[in-house]
Amino acid sequence: MGKATRAAYGATLIELADEGLPITAVEADLSGSTTLSKFGERYPDRFYNAGIAEANMTNVAAGLALEGNIAFTGSFAIFGTGRAWEQVRNTVCYNDLNVKLAPTHAGVTVGPDGGSHQALEDIALMRVLPHMHVLVPADFNAARAAIRLAAATPGPFYIRLGRAEVAEVHASDFVFELGRAYVLREGTDVTLAACGIEVAEALKAADLLAADGISAEVIDVACIKPLDVETLVASVSKTGRIVTCEEHSVLGGMGSAISEVLSEVCPVPTRRIGVADTFGTSGSPAELIEHFGLDAPSIAAAARELV
Amino acid sequence: MYNRTRVCEQAVKIRLDIITMLAAAGSGHPGGSLSAADIVATLYFGDVLNFDAKNPQDPARDRFVLCKGHAAPVLYAALAQAGYFDKKELLNLRKLGAMLQGHPDALKTPGVEVSTGSLGQGLSIACGMAAALKAAGGPQRVFTLLGDGELQEGQVWEAALFAPHYRLDNLVAIIDSNGLQIDGACCDVMALGDIAGKFRAFGWDACEVDGHDIDALHAVLSAAPCADKPRAIIAHTEKGKGVSFMEGVASWHGVTPCEKQAREACAEIECAGNEARDRARDSVSSEGGHHG
Ligand SMILES: Cc1ncc(C[n+]2csc(CCOP(=O)(O)OP(=O)(O)O)c2C)c(N)n1
Ligand SMILES: [Mg+2]
Repeated sequence: MGKATRAAYGATLIELADEGLPITAVEADLSGSTTLSKFGERYPDRFYNAGIAEANMTNVAAGLALEGNIAFTGSFAIFGTGRAWEQVRNTVCYNDLNVKLAPTHAGVTVGPDGGSHQALEDIALMRVLPHMHVLVPADFNAARAAIRLAAATPGPFYIRLGRAEVAEVHASDFVFELGRAYVLREGTDVTLAACGIEVAEALKAADLLAADGISAEVIDVACIKPLDVETLVASVSKTGRIVTCEEHSVLGGMGSAISEVLSEVCPVPTRRIGVADTFGTSGSPAELIEHFGLDAPSIAAAARELV
Repeated sequence: MYNRTRVCEQAVKIRLDIITMLAAAGSGHPGGSLSAADIVATLYFGDVLNFDAKNPQDPARDRFVLCKGHAAPVLYAALAQAGYFDKKELLNLRKLGAMLQGHPDALKTPGVEVSTGSLGQGLSIACGMAAALKAAGGPQRVFTLLGDGELQEGQVWEAALFAPHYRLDNLVAIIDSNGLQIDGACCDVMALGDIAGKFRAFGWDACEVDGHDIDALHAVLSAAPCADKPRAIIAHTEKGKGVSFMEGVASWHGVTPCEKQAREACAEIECAGNEARDRARDSVSSEGGHHG
């Protein structure tokens, strides 16, 4: 296993600040969990802790951005995107501010804390907002690259980070390009489009399918907004079918985003792997991946249904 | 009938259960569960809350909302002790399919009034319950327990305006003032200042109490409502209370003891419980002697 995507947060902000960028960070009492404490220790005068106050955290970041800073926010995904959603909409996005939300602990891999803490709606909540960019890194290297991309690109960003350790799928010099999806494995029978920790599961599923003589193309849809329609259309034009895989509700997330576009420009038979219109629950990350049908065998089964 | 010795014994059992279930779960929140053990023991076993464990939805019951939902273990221990469900459930805490979720889940657990875990929301919920009960003219009261760090949520102060505006004298908000949150001491992270003074300024009847003194807790929790005013009780507590290596240590907020630490913790809790019982017995017999 590689490092968790959250482990990239504080460390990458330090790199960027060392390089001379006007980075600031605002936290809401979870600086150890998000790893923003590392940035705070290195740059104490650029780090603010709002206490347990996510709405305030978000708009303080907005104010910092208005004064020329690149302002990153912390907390957990459920609170950073959910509790403060209307602040993100009407202040951060409506003003097109240079605020980067990268709260951690998205998805069911939060584990035993349970459903109240497992954000399964955050991609949906963020991608509906005008001006917002949405990045879902698959591993530590992609997370680091996503944070660098967000810092280098003006405007609001949501970067989805997780608590659990995840297998490495990208090289350490991976460069994240805005609006680009990455074909990690070429195939001809079915497209597996995945984001976040599901990229590693999709790669494993492709191995399972290969054993059955099914050739799966695996795409890391690392950037959900703007979406790389060209790469997706090229792939499904070849394979004729697609399985979308995400650690998120099947409602409103990456699968929805892809379906919306393909249904207009290149409709193909589709299966969406994700959490089916339900809340998360307590359990270990591995148990929950299996419980909610997000594991490689479930992805492979959905692909077989289509082929 | 209030019986101090009984509440103390229940508090010991609650602390033992907190440690045992968290060690079995391997994750969860000991610090803020232990700091609230005496408060919760007094509520449930000190003749404060009116409840019927065999009929969790009894309309006549008083309501308790665990606003600081991460302290679920202290609530689960009390509910199990009170007979809402089998004590064996405690050992399944946080496991896949368990009745006892990482944070209280009202759809799964009898005795949990409302699901919590997202901080800052419970006082508003308690306001709504208190308003409905008051409108219906019932005698029921609504108690809620908040963390001090939790007071940093703006929504708490929106609710703090609401309660006196609607004269919710059937509402009691208890603050588990243990001085710590996740990132350290509240005064370093985001200072709260004079909490009682803030509630008073918002129109509440506010008082301060030693949150580990059972008699004092019983007195303020069972005191008659102050006409037209909601009551805020600032309970001064120690995070991790009862387990010396956890007491006052911020990092025990969300880390669980290993097996060896759990054994040490339980031994310490039991020992303190026995000493307290002996002291109580001695004072009763010396009183008896005096009267004789
Ligand atoms: C809205 C929200 N933000 C953040 C968290 C994460 N969190 C859980 S406990 C906690 C600290 C709570 O401190 P305090 O209220 O003082 O509780 P106690 O010391 O009694 O444990 C935080 C930030 C949360 N559960 N909900
Ligand atoms: Mg506290």
